[in-house]
Amino acid sequence: MAEAFQFELVSPERLLVSEQVEAVVIPGAEGEMTVLAHHAPVMTTIKPGVVTVKTAGGKEERYVVFGGFADILPSGCTLLAESAVAVGDIDRADLARRIQDAKEDAADAKDDQSRSKAEQFLAQLSTLESALLAA
Amino acid sequence: MPSLKDLRNRIASVKATQKITKAMQMVAAAKLRRAQEAAEAARPYSERMGSVLANITQAIGDDAPALMTGTGKDDVHLLVVCTAERGLCGGFNSQIARLARDHIRRLLADGKQVKIICVGKKGFDILRRDYASMILERVDLREVKTLGFVNADAIARKVIHLFNEGGFDICTLFYSQFKSVISQIPTAQQIIPAGVASAPAEATAGGNAVYEYEPEPGEILTDLIPRNISVQVFRALLENAAGEMGAKMSAMDNATRNAGDMINKLSITYNRQRQAQITKELIEIISGAEAL
Repeated sequence: MAEAFQFELVSPERLLVSEQVEAVVIPGAEGEMTVLAHHAPVMTTIKPGVVTVKTAGGKEERYVVFGGFADILPSGCTLLAESAVAVGDIDRADLARRIQDAKEDAADAKDDQSRSKAEQFLAQLSTLESALLAA
Repeated sequence: MPSLKDLRNRIASVKATQKITKAMQMVAAAKLRRAQEAAEAARPYSERMGSVLANITQAIGDDAPALMTGTGKDDVHLLVVCTAERGLCGGFNSQIARLARDHIRRLLADGKQVKIICVGKKGFDILRRDYASMILERVDLREVKTLGFVNADAIARKVIHLFNEGGFDICTLFYSQFKSVISQIPTAQQIIPAGVASAPAEATAGGNAVYEYEPEPGEILTDLIPRNISVQVFRALLENAAGEMGAKMSAMDNATRNAGDMINKLSITYNRQRQAQITKELIEIISGAEAL
């Protein structure tokens, strides 16, 4: 059995998870990464995606996050999400609304830099939606 | 001297008022509990945000983005004044407005330019009297049932947008800090440029670990700082919501007690007068009988 470490998932509204876990898969901005105990200190932004948490009890829980960042230390991992919900509770209408917003942002963007940023965000959201539909 | 009927009416009306204030007090108490829970739930996020930000500022050194270092001037000030949407909560709104007004007066005396964004109707109503021309915008949260992060985010985005356009140099947030049910402290907090001064003190919290950054620290920071501003605004709004309910509860408690006192006094007058009238009638009857 792998060693457990402290994992916390916080959104501005509340503390979602705070418990001992074995492994966490984070959708990092530059690719997915799995965090185990004694991970080297890393700070990364996260893109919209699914966080998979394997608790010390052997259960697997999944949460959908929309952007944010992760603060990883050897002693534990803190994920600050802009907004986060358990996969079971995801509101399809809300997701559709976010995608709609992202589309509008992409269309309204004034310069190339902000347009490419908005389009990237839109692509990430679409990937997330298809991943959720498949699940 | 009011007649017996007048007194009866007065007592009935004060009783009705007392019932209303009592009900409002209970509603405020229930809402206060919820607001307090929300404020507490939001605390971990802003605390973590603070320590992460401190860590990253240390790592990045001097080339922090403009939101953090400011424009280097302090000619134009933006004040974001957060108050409640509703009154009947004692001195809550006027306290915040007074703090903001003192601040404005000081800035104007120094020859600075002042711009105001009002969040909440009450502060707008008070500041409009003196500084109508400086108010850029009024954010209405009246329709909002439960305060979400999106509301704060929208306000923060407006502020950042304005900053990027060069609309102001320094941004200060006015709100009321929730200390306890009976005491709320009006507070002014500078959010742009972000207070870097507090960073070294908090840096130890995250340990002196050498972080790896993914992507580059600068990129993370440009992403992080607008979010930090949203979080600060969100926290201010939550503290305000809790403070408003606390103030309303104690104001309504006072009102209920005052109404009770008033009812007691009126009842005494009413009973005395009724007794006086009975005595008078008795005297009339007896003296009439004696005259026969």
